[in-house]
Formats: sequence, C-alpha cells, structure tokens
Amino acid sequence: MSDLRDLYQEVILDHNKHPRNFRSVEPHSHQADGYNPLCGDRVTIQLSVEDGMIASIGFQGDGCAISTASASIMTEVLEGKTVDEAQALFDQFHDLVTRDEACPEAALGKIAVLAGVRDYPMRVKCATLAWHTLHAALTEKDEVTTE
Amino acid sequence: MSTVNPVQEHAAVAPLAVERIRADFPILAQPMNGKRLVFLDSAASAQKPVAVIRAIEECYQNYYANIHRGVYQLSQRSTQAYEAVRGKVRALLNGADDREVVFVRGATEAINLVAHSYVRPRLGPGDEILITGMEHHSNIVPWQLLCEQAGATLVVSPITDTGEVDLEDFRSRLTARTKFVSVVHVSNALGTVNPVQEMIAAAHERGAAVLVDGAQSVPHLSVDVAELGCDFYCFSGHKIYGPSGVGVLWGRLDLLREMPPYQGGGEMIRYVTFERSEFAEPPQRFEAGTPNIAGVVGLGAAIDYVHAIGTERVAAHEHALLDYATARLGEVEGVRIIGTAAAKAGVISFVLGRVHPHDIGTVLDLEGVAIRAGHHCAQPVMQRYGIAATARASFGVYNTYDDVDALVRALGKVRELFI
Ligand SMILES: Cc1ncc(COP(=O)(O)O)c(C=O)c1O
Repeated sequence: MSDLRDLYQEVILDHNKHPRNFRSVEPHSHQADGYNPLCGDRVTIQLSVEDGMIASIGFQGDGCAISTASASIMTEVLEGKTVDEAQALFDQFHDLVTRDEACPEAALGKIAVLAGVRDYPMRVKCATLAWHTLHAALTEKDEVTTE
Repeated sequence: MSTVNPVQEHAAVAPLAVERIRADFPILAQPMNGKRLVFLDSAASAQKPVAVIRAIEECYQNYYANIHRGVYQLSQRSTQAYEAVRGKVRALLNGADDREVVFVRGATEAINLVAHSYVRPRLGPGDEILITGMEHHSNIVPWQLLCEQAGATLVVSPITDTGEVDLEDFRSRLTARTKFVSVVHVSNALGTVNPVQEMIAAAHERGAAVLVDGAQSVPHLSVDVAELGCDFYCFSGHKIYGPSGVGVLWGRLDLLREMPPYQGGGEMIRYVTFERSEFAEPPQRFEAGTPNIAGVVGLGAAIDYVHAIGTERVAAHEHALLDYATARLGEVEGVRIIGTAAAKAGVISFVLGRVHPHDIGTVLDLEGVAIRAGHHCAQPVMQRYGIAATARASFGVYNTYDDVDALVRALGKVRELFI
C-alpha cells in the first residue's frame, strides 16, 4: 500500500478545503444528481452549454475529500472545453483511476493528481462520482448512482 | 501507552487475559501496513478464534455428511453435531426447549422469517407494526415490504438526542392496532442498550408479540429470553466469533407451532403428496433444504468459546474499553460522539469536525487501524442527526487499551491532514 500523501496530495486537500465552482449555475442547460449509496455521497452538477461549449459549470453536494476534490478539479478543467472534449476526458479519467498500467498522466494535466486512488479500490467510486454525474448530465439522464 | 487499567477499576469480575485471547485469533497476528493490526470493527463482523476454525475443518475432515438423511455413521455423527448446537444456543439464551432454536442464515433471515410466517397471516389493512428510530435496515425493510402488501402501517418511535428510546413515546404508540413490535436490543450505529424488558412488557399489555434483534447483543451482554419475556429473539453467528452464513431465530414454541413454513423444500415436511404436504414440527419446519451444516458446527464452537470466557467478563471488559475510549476520544479536538445514551455497549460512533468518515477510515487504515465508516445500514439514524455517515469503532474480546490509544493517535494524523 502506498503512502497517505500519494492519495491525499496537497492539491486534493486544498480543493477539499476550498472547493472551486461550488455553486449552482442559473440558468443551466444540463443538470444531474449523483449518489453513491455505499457512503451516502451526493453531488449535483449543473452546466450551461452554449454552441457545444461548456460556458459555465458548478457542483454542489456533500462528500469525502476525494469526491469533493475530484468534482472541484473537474469543474475547473472543463470550463471552456467542448462537450466532445469533456466526454473524452471522462473516458481518460476513468482509465486513469481504474487501470493499472501507467497512464499518460501528463496529458491529463490537473486531474492526474487523483491517480493515487488506483491503489484504493474502495475509493475509486468517490473519485468517479462527479464524472459519472457529468456524463449523465450531458447524456440527459437526470440521476446516476455508482452501483 | 495508557497507564490506567480501567478494567480493574471497573469490573467486579476478573479481568480478561486479553493477550492470551488475542493469541487465539490468528488473523490479528498479521501486520497491517507495517503496523500492528488494530481491529475495531467487530460490530460489523467479529474475527474467528482457532477453536472455531478447527471445528469447521474437523467437521469437513472427519464426519461431514448431509444431516437427517443417511443411515450411515457419518451422517449420524454430523446430525448429532448439528443438533447438539441447538442445546448450546438454548443454554446461551436461557430458552426452555431446544426446539425453540431455528437455524437460519443470520439475523436478517430470522427477521424475514418472522415477518412472513408469524406476522403476515395476522396483518390486515389499518394494522400497525411498531419499531424504533434506531433500527438496522434489516429491521425496517422487511416490515415496510409486509405493510405494503397488507395495507398496514409501519409506526416508528423516534429516538432522543442522546440516541435513546423515549419510553413514554414508545408506549403512546402502542394501540389496539399494533399487531407486532420489533426492536433492536443494542444499536449497531449508536451503541445504545435499549430497555427491551420494559418495551416488551408494554407491548404485551397491548397484546402485541415482540421480536428482539439481538445481532449486537450476543455475545456482548448476557441475554436471557425468559427474563426478557420476548416472543422471538435473533442473532448472527458471524458477530459472535462464529462463521458467516449462519444465525439463530429463537421463538416461543407455542408460537412456532402455529406458524406456517417460511420456505418449502426438503427437511421441513412430514409427508408429501402432489395434493398436499404435511409439515414437520418446529424447528425443522423452518429449515427447508440442506442447512449450513459446518456453519452450525462452527457456531457451536463459538458459543463454547464465549462461554468459556464468560459473558459477564466479556461485558465488563468491553464496557471498560468503551469508557476509556469515550474519555480519550473526548480529548481529541473536534470529535463529537454520536450516541450518548446512559446505557451503551462496546460501540462508539463519532464524527471529527467536517472530515468525511471515509477519509478518516482511509487514513486510519494506513495506520493499521480498521474501523467502519458509513451509515452502518441505519440511514434513518444518520438522518436523525443530520449527518451522512459516522466513523465507528467497536470492541470485541481481543481489544485492548493500546488499541484505543492507537485509534486516538491515528485520529491525530487525520487532524494534521484535514484540519
Ligand atoms: C442491529 C443489527 N441488526 C441486524 C443486522 C443484520 O445482521 P446480518 O447481516 O448478519 O443478517 C445487523 C448487522 O449489521 C445489526 O447490526
């Protein structure tokens, strides 16, 4: 098992303490609620998409440091990206936290700080909750659970 | 390290030789992340002593065969070993008759069995079933399903801020409509020990039979079903140092006799034709199919193990640990204990500032300390306190003051990281 600091990196601790874009987006074009029944974490993602581009994105909810930081970093990274880019990042992020082989972390930029959850199978769902919820929002499902 | 020895201050009975007991549990000898394993999650499931592991192994190695079926010797021996455990359970609970002991998969199945076979035939539209606000999901959902089918209502007596039943409220919710009462003896989320004897008496005054969910009480306190006066009592083998997949429903024989079977199959019949079947007497009536034979044997070994230590000594030991942990956790800045009832067993739920319990659990794990983090299958309890989850430490015979100290030290790391 790896060191605590590999999982709880400074960036994660910082985003947990001071989540970015922790707000509602009004008006928004897309929204979804995510729920992890295992730990009770909840997240709501709202975004306003204009001409295929994410003009504004925010999240609200209640979760552990991993899920809060993941949501916070996700919103930071996605603002200004196209919907297609967001979907591609969703896939890459999923691989990052679930695959064993080394991922091209550099290409992922900021979200790569969550790579540490790979060593904590029980926590992977915490990291992916916001992303699954984003995916649901963009594909017009209102609700998602990480079961 | 702690310098006090609260057991000696606390208990009138001789303290446990915990180091010797720890040696009985092979799993505890393994290091966890290079540290001593501190196992504080016995409320979820307890670890197994060598005596239980051996008993199961011996069953499979020396005398395993299906029970009640073969005329050959192996089957006789295995039948004897299986049936002998009924007597051990009866003695453990101070029942009157071995036939009151039904082997099931666990507390969950026991509750479902009572719901289907005892309550369902008696429940009609407008009737009520009464539970408390601190039940485990397994003592909520079966009743919800049943009430939905019968057009009945599930009534909940809410808990107080300290996590106790309000006896006055509980009594006031018992009416002529109350057809059944099901209450937890010891709360797995809060540690509260309920005044079940009073609750049972109050229910009986209203003519309602009572099931007590003893999943967290056996083997942490002495349980005496005769003294309690309950109609049904249940517990799970895996929480009393026995194997998982086996548990007990104890029921009053006169009630069991009136009840239709829970499941149909082999073993539970007296005579079958295609037109109709005659059912066996209890307890076989409720044990359809080949049971968990080696599991029951293991349960017997677990009961022997606990009996040899002595339930009173176990209770005193765990209570002393609880007192010690309550005091030590109180010294950790930001810790709030959830569940502060006057009567508690060895379960201590807490939150630490705004740190999510799962983060607490992960940090503690890296320090070798295993606790439970989450809603403990008691989401209504979490809702009652306006929280999503708690961290929970729970004690067993193998826990020490050093374990509590390790927990407190590890919480210091959590604080460093998150606060
Ligand atoms: C109070 C209580 N009731 C019932 C159960 C259900 O037990 P099992 O899962 O062994 O059937 C538990 C287990 O956590 C419990 O703590």
